[in-house]
Amino acid sequence: MSTGAGTHMGAPLHRGDARRRQKKSLHRAAERHAMILDGAGWDSVAAHALERTWQDEPGVLGFLRTNDHKRLGRRFVATAFLFFVAAGILAAVMRAQLAVPDNHVVGPDLYDQLFTMHGTTMMFIFAVPVMQGMALYLVPLMVGTRNTAFPRMSACAYWLYLLGSITLYGGFALNAGADAGWFAYVPLAGPQYGVGKRSDIWNNLINFTEAMGLMVAVDITTVILKMRAPGMSLRRMPLFVWASLVTSVMIIFAMPAVMLAANLVQFDRTFGTHFFNPAEGGDALLWQHLFWFFGHPEVYFIFIPALGFVSTIIPTFARRPMFGHDAVVLSLIATGFLAFGLWVHHMFATNLPELGKSFFTAMSFMIAIPTAVQIFCWIATLWAGRLNLRVPLLFVLGFFFIFMIGGLSGIMVGSVPFDLQVHDTYFVVAHLHYVLLGGAVFPLFAALYYWFPKMTGRMLGERLGRWQFWLFFIGFNVAFFPMHVLGLEGMPRRMYTYGAETGWGPLNLLASVGAAIIAVSVLVFVINVVRTRRGGEPASADPWGASTLEWATGSPPPPYNFVALPVVTSREPLWAPRPPGTPTHVSGLSAEDREGLVTTVLDAAPDVRYSYPEPTIWPFIAAWGVLVWLLWSSLSTAGMFWGLIPPAIAFIGWYWPSKEETDRQLVLQRRP
Amino acid sequence: MIEALHDVRIPGGIQAQAVYHLWLILLAVCTVVFVGVMAALALALRRAPRAGHDTPPAVEWLERSEPAIARAVRIGVALSTVLLLGLLGASVYTSWALARLPLANALHIELTAHQWWWEARYDDPEPSRLFVGANELHIPVGRPVLLTLRASDVIHSFWVPSLVGKKDLIPGRDATVMFRADRSGVYRGQCAEFCGYQHAKMALFVIADEPQSWQRWADRQRAPAPAPRTTQEARGRELFERGTCAMCHAVDGTLAGGRQAPDLTHVASRMTLAAGALPNDAAARAAWIVDPQAFKPGAHMPATALSPQDAGAIAAFLESLQ
Repeated sequence: MSTGAGTHMGAPLHRGDARRRQKKSLHRAAERHAMILDGAGWDSVAAHALERTWQDEPGVLGFLRTNDHKRLGRRFVATAFLFFVAAGILAAVMRAQLAVPDNHVVGPDLYDQLFTMHGTTMMFIFAVPVMQGMALYLVPLMVGTRNTAFPRMSACAYWLYLLGSITLYGGFALNAGADAGWFAYVPLAGPQYGVGKRSDIWNNLINFTEAMGLMVAVDITTVILKMRAPGMSLRRMPLFVWASLVTSVMIIFAMPAVMLAANLVQFDRTFGTHFFNPAEGGDALLWQHLFWFFGHPEVYFIFIPALGFVSTIIPTFARRPMFGHDAVVLSLIATGFLAFGLWVHHMFATNLPELGKSFFTAMSFMIAIPTAVQIFCWIATLWAGRLNLRVPLLFVLGFFFIFMIGGLSGIMVGSVPFDLQVHDTYFVVAHLHYVLLGGAVFPLFAALYYWFPKMTGRMLGERLGRWQFWLFFIGFNVAFFPMHVLGLEGMPRRMYTYGAETGWGPLNLLASVGAAIIAVSVLVFVINVVRTRRGGEPASADPWGASTLEWATGSPPPPYNFVALPVVTSREPLWAPRPPGTPTHVSGLSAEDREGLVTTVLDAAPDVRYSYPEPTIWPFIAAWGVLVWLLWSSLSTAGMFWGLIPPAIAFIGWYWPSKEETDRQLVLQRRP
Repeated sequence: MIEALHDVRIPGGIQAQAVYHLWLILLAVCTVVFVGVMAALALALRRAPRAGHDTPPAVEWLERSEPAIARAVRIGVALSTVLLLGLLGASVYTSWALARLPLANALHIELTAHQWWWEARYDDPEPSRLFVGANELHIPVGRPVLLTLRASDVIHSFWVPSLVGKKDLIPGRDATVMFRADRSGVYRGQCAEFCGYQHAKMALFVIADEPQSWQRWADRQRAPAPAPRTTQEARGRELFERGTCAMCHAVDGTLAGGRQAPDLTHVASRMTLAAGALPNDAAARAAWIVDPQAFKPGAHMPATALSPQDAGAIAAFLESLQ
């Protein structure tokens, strides 16, 4: 396949090249002949042409039309972070209410909305989007390609996510905030007991976020399997890319369950069906199976990308390759499979057969083994490395401490008899925060400090970073460790108040103090980001001396990511010496077209050339169309039908073939 | 208000005792594992030399194997697996022990959860000896109790930390739970599954008495309401029967036969009002019947417009229902 002379690898050529150039639109005519990359490397002419081809138009229209994975990824992360702060404020109000017994900061109606909105926000519109946003930003850079496979779909996913989340918070502002808990058990969320529009809005948020999750997951999976740089066989794939692949495949299998369930509830509510009504032969327990079949894997959608962050950051700061790379990959995959066999451990208190419950105990214990493998491999890597103790590594070390506690309390609650004592108590509240904040948010902050220079071109402040870490670490443990004890002392979760005679007052006050410290820590992070954006230390292309491909291009990367697509010969492409005579990059791709390379699944051998889609406004319009449909259908039955017209128009517009596009596709077709 | 036991670590019966022992095993093993892993991490951090971002990476480890470290990792994984298998054995053994509580001569009670109170129907082979209570379970010490659990509206969960773990009450799906109190005392239970506005105020007190005193209590509960002794009580009873009270509440021996709300035949004998929301004294009862929403917002009992005299009369009538 290689046509290059020693330093580059030629992309497969098509006979249609000449004809394609004839079909070029007029404004590009001047560059008609020059712009096939010839392997000259950082050639300014090529870069200039690529810049013109890939640059978004300026202004609002360019902002709305863009399908650049880096802009979309940053947008996902920034939006999700705003919702993280919003959900944190809700949590602060709850902690103020619970600080002392018989308190009256908020009443039961608002409190129920507060904890439902907090949980829904953190699970659906912070954790999953922020991890998918990181993957959207990093994966194409890490695998050495120019954009994602279906960038318009990811653009549409972002707008769906934004509009859905704003709808949820709009409902909350209008006293229609969801109030049945983030797992919205029926009958409480059903037609008879979930009065008003609160649960309708929640069900439709599920549609928005799950559609978003599925669209991004399909996009990421395709990039990883089909667009890796030539030579990046599966065995050479970076660990974060592995984590993203496992997560995306899990999302594709798990998310339809909750979408189905939410829509069945919506049918019960809108049309009077009886899926969950025991009086008419429905079953209230069905919801719990459908929800947790998604809900348990969801924990791993959040946690597995975090494992990827840790496995990326540790080798960089230990200045050596990961110990047990293959074992870590197999552990990630094993976790992905086992995560689907755990859902009943959220339902041990229901009247299911005891023998069946024992199976889920065994599965819950078994999933600790791949996690143990990874923890031991990380410690081994640190043990045998030379340590650069910067803020990202500090957060990873904090992750070890907190996540170990969360993982071990997870083994405790995996045991049926013990779980029946602490299920739905503050012990579980403590456990889930140790796992999700410790297991995902600590690595996420590590990742933000690590990749912030790549995303913005500036280094986040180290001093403020250390302050933030210690405040977060101490505040977190002060806030959540006492909750274990509260659970053992018999305090159920989701109580808007408690009496002084219960004796729960002092530990609740301590937890509220810890929550305040966490709030200060997040504020320090925000200050750090704002100060860095105004005038932080500029970052070089590779400020940490890391090994993966995203550091082989500028900070921030140009819109086209790489002037020439890299060719990979090692697991650590920026560290390992290149065998003599191997090509360094791909040549033969057009700089005038948004052209990329599709490679084979296992070995990443060059396969065909691929035209990335141009930016367009239709994904944005389509998201608005879907908003009209879902909002209207939750307000009236007629909306379920007539509301379909706007999204139908939008999607027809999106797929309406243009003559120019058709001509181009025709000439690009491979001929025998 | 009421001092009652509610702590997983202070068991008052054999079921909670078994789980408490399991918890001690889990805690010990997990603590050892945590300390071990943190020690390994601390040693690694102490041992590894420091570096900067420009330290050349040790890429030779891509090719060479590290047998000593690999052995340590393998031992760690093997140890983890063995410990997990041990804990699995302990957990399954405890489940098995819990399921083998001898049920001979068990007291049968049908417990129905409502938003936001508990209805307890004490079973008896002779139907005339059945009786109904609310928000309290009285049980004899040392005698096993078999609860049939039902929910009338949404999902609730039965839990008395010092006696027995949770069991959900799910509409359309009956469940059972069995336990035994081995020490007399008052145990606090609480709905553990979020069930709406007043989930927080849905306590259930379990009063474990010596068998003789339990028998005396049960006999009193089977008696109907006594005849009024004062004109105020008579006035209160008349208001209760003819007013809105009787539409939801029942008082055995009167015309009041509503089944939507707690049976009040012996309301004055209970420890609390409104599932632990208020102490059960004369002042609280008088305040509650006039405006329940002030104490338990969202509760299904509406405020009643009553003159102070009428409210006092109803309170006096309730006071007589010992």
